[in-house]
Amino acid sequence: MPLADTVMYEEEFKQIQEILSRLRQESNARAAFLVDRNGQQIAATGENLETMDSTSLASLTAGNVASTDALAKLIGEKEFSILFHEGEKDNLHISLIGGKIIMVILFDERSSLGLVRLRVRKASGELTAVFEAIDRKQAEERAKGGTAESPFAEITDADIDSLFSS
Amino acid sequence: MTFINYASREINCKLVYYGPGLGGKTTNLQYIYEKTNPDAKGKLISLATETDRTLFFDFLPLELGTIRGFRTRFHLYTVPGQVFYDASRKLILKGCDGVIFVADSQEARMDANVESLKNLVDNLKSAGYELKSMPYVLQFNKRDLPTAVPVEEMSKVLRYKDEEIFEGVAVKGTGVFETLKALAKLVLVELKKTK
Repeated sequence: MPLADTVMYEEEFKQIQEILSRLRQESNARAAFLVDRNGQQIAATGENLETMDSTSLASLTAGNVASTDALAKLIGEKEFSILFHEGEKDNLHISLIGGKIIMVILFDERSSLGLVRLRVRKASGELTAVFEAIDRKQAEERAKGGTAESPFAEITDADIDSLFSS
Repeated sequence: MTFINYASREINCKLVYYGPGLGGKTTNLQYIYEKTNPDAKGKLISLATETDRTLFFDFLPLELGTIRGFRTRFHLYTVPGQVFYDASRKLILKGCDGVIFVADSQEARMDANVESLKNLVDNLKSAGYELKSMPYVLQFNKRDLPTAVPVEEMSKVLRYKDEEIFEGVAVKGTGVFETLKALAKLVLVELKKTK
């Protein structure tokens, strides 16, 4: 396959969660999510998260970004880096981090678009640095010829079969 | 492009159902959704037109269980089959780990099958993939219809490599899980190879 798998490590995951939580607090948002461009959720923080269907949110956001991106190219733009959806109560602010990660901020009247934009810009810089660190780590491990801790090298047919036994 | 999260110990894979319009891609997903334990599935999302034709995609997250301590999740997507939605199909193929091609067995749809398969190969190529080297299975759907073309004949026209072929009647669930299981296995085996 031409594209490398995306990997998330413990240490960077903690950093990402911290940045995201701080961003949510400082911007008075209800929730903040990070999603990859294929619709997989990377991290989430917010109030009543368990009541929210964050898997669907991730996949729909990625679809939204992908179609908007195609629209941008259609009219000769490189990308639309920010999408904003305004509702009666709740709003969504969607932005791209380093061109490959999508950040979604859900906020209501306790915050404002201006505040969210300001805080998102600051957090984006910090998150870009973390994702660059992950890329470097992954490249190093690939150069070493795979990770020692990788659990997948030893997957057996029996392991795979057991997934489908029920 | 599988997403492996060492922090939350999860593996997420993206599987795509491809094929001509009205071939039964969405029906495959609906059957899986109906028959899966509520704990193991998320919501089935269908972005469809007023006449229930897929407009952008259907999406169903499935959690199959743990493998070596990692929760294994599959995100199933369908593409819109109608020819003029090609731009959307290209977007959905991005980052996919494996493809199920749902062919319509009716004689009148053979040309549409061939065209859609060619479209799949082309779109994969433009996304940097080769169908030859990716996890791929083929489903001949609607085997119960009287106009169904014999399997040997369909294989001759539609088999792209040495992929496994399943006979299906998606509305009744025949072959649906068998097809999914075969692709999921291939994707996991691929994961083993690349690590």
